[in-house]
Amino acid sequence: MHDLIPRGLAATVFALGVAMAGIAHADDAAPQAIPYVDSGRLLLTQGVSNIEGAAGGGLATWAVISGYGTRDAIGGNVHVSYASLSNYDFVTYGASLGFFDRVEVSFARQDFDTGATGAALGLGSGFAFHQDVVGAKIKLFGDAVYDQDSLLPQVAVGLQYKHNEQGPIVHAVGGQHEDGIDYYVAATKVLLNQSLVINTTLRVTKANQTGLLGFGGTLSDTYRPEFEGSVGYLLTRHLVVGGEYRTKPSNLAFAKEDDWFDIFAAYALNKHLSATVAYVDLGSIATFKNQRGVFVSLQAGF
Amino acid sequence: MTKPTLAFHRRHRLLGLIFGLSGLFAMPALAASPVFDNPAGGNPIGGMSVYKAFHEQPGIDRVIDDSVDRWVADPRISKRFEGRNLVRLRLELKAQVCYLVGGPCAYAGKDMKAAHAGMGLENLDFNALAEDLQLAMNKEHVPFPAQNRLLAKLAPMQRAIVTK
Repeated sequence: MHDLIPRGLAATVFALGVAMAGIAHADDAAPQAIPYVDSGRLLLTQGVSNIEGAAGGGLATWAVISGYGTRDAIGGNVHVSYASLSNYDFVTYGASLGFFDRVEVSFARQDFDTGATGAALGLGSGFAFHQDVVGAKIKLFGDAVYDQDSLLPQVAVGLQYKHNEQGPIVHAVGGQHEDGIDYYVAATKVLLNQSLVINTTLRVTKANQTGLLGFGGTLSDTYRPEFEGSVGYLLTRHLVVGGEYRTKPSNLAFAKEDDWFDIFAAYALNKHLSATVAYVDLGSIATFKNQRGVFVSLQAGF
Repeated sequence: MTKPTLAFHRRHRLLGLIFGLSGLFAMPALAASPVFDNPAGGNPIGGMSVYKAFHEQPGIDRVIDDSVDRWVADPRISKRFEGRNLVRLRLELKAQVCYLVGGPCAYAGKDMKAAHAGMGLENLDFNALAEDLQLAMNKEHVPFPAQNRLLAKLAPMQRAIVTK
C-alpha cells in the first residue's frame, strides 16, 4: 500500500512536468518570452533520462546534458520509467536540469518492488527497496553533434550520490553501506555519416544492483571500474533504435550479480515529449535468475 | 551450470573495459582539428550517390527554396534574414550544397566565417536553420542517411558561423 504514495507522487511530478513542457511548447513561437529557455538543440540529442535520472540511454549514463537548452539556455526534464521483470517491478521517476549545455543536476527516486517474490526472499510479500539518486555532471570538452569533422567525442565527468532507505536489509544481505557515490567519465559521439550515436562510460562504483542492494559486500568492498556502452541508429529525426550493455560488480556472497543489457527504441514526439520502450535483461537479481521484461519510460521537458 | 556463465560475464567485462578505455582515451588522441581552407566550409562528399539521393540539382534547388521559405517564416530566426539579399542567398546555397554533396558545381561565395561575420549568431539560430532544412529535405523525400551526410558537412561550420 505504501507504494501508492511514491507512485502518486511520480504521477504528480510527471503531470507538472508535462504542464511545464506545454508552457515551453507554447513558447516556441516566441523563444525570448521565457528567459533562458530556447529548446534550441536538435531532437533526440539530449538522449533520454536513464534509471538514475541522468541524461543517457535507458540504463547507461551519457556525456550529453539534460534538456534541449543550448549553451545560452537552461533545459530540463521530468521522467517516469517502469520495468516489469520476471519476479520484480522497478519504477523510477525524477527530474533533471541542464545549465547552458554544460552542467547537469538530476534527482531520481527508485522503487524496486519485490512483490510476491518478497515472501520467498523472507522480506515479506510486497517488500520494496527505495533508493534516491542525486547526480551532477559537467561537460569537459567536445560537442557530440557539431564536431563531425573529427572523432573527438563529447566528454563529461559526473557523480551520483545514492542513498538506500532499506539499511537494515542491506546489511542483513551482506551489503557494507547504505550510501554510495558512483564516479564516471562518459564519452558520447553522434556519427552523422553513419546515422549512429555511440556512448562509452567508465564508472567506478561499489553499488550492488546499482545500489538497490546497497554498496560493497563481503566479497569486495572496493571501488571497481565498470563499463557502459550504448549504440543507437537514427532512423528518423524522431526515432532511434539501439542497444546497451552495462557491467556491474558482484560484491554480495548471497547472490551473484549479472551485467545488464537492453534493446531500445526511443521516440521523440517533439522537444517536450518522448517515450522509450525497451526489452531489458537484468540477469540474476537477489538469487532470482533471468530478470527480463519490458521497460517503458515517458519524459517531458524543454 | 553456473561456471560457464561466470566466465562469460567475466570475459564480457574485460572486453567492455578495453572497449570503454579505448573509446575514452583513443578518441581524443585521434581527433584532428581541421581549419576550413575551403570557402564552401568543407570538402565534397565522394561519389555521386548523395547527390543522386537529393534528386540532383533540381532536388537541391527545391530543398533550398523550401528551406529559405521556412527560415524567413520561422519566428526563431526570421529577423536574421531581414534586409538580406535572398535571391543571392538561394543561388549561393544551391551551389554550395550541390558542391558539398558531390554534385558538379563550384562554390564561389564567401567563406563561412566572412559570410556570417558581425551577425552575432547563436547556436539556437544555427540549429533552427538545420531543423528547417531537415523538414525541407523530408518534403523532398531525401532518404534520412543522405540527409545526415549533408548535415555532417554542415555541423562543423558551427564553429565558424556561431560567434555569440
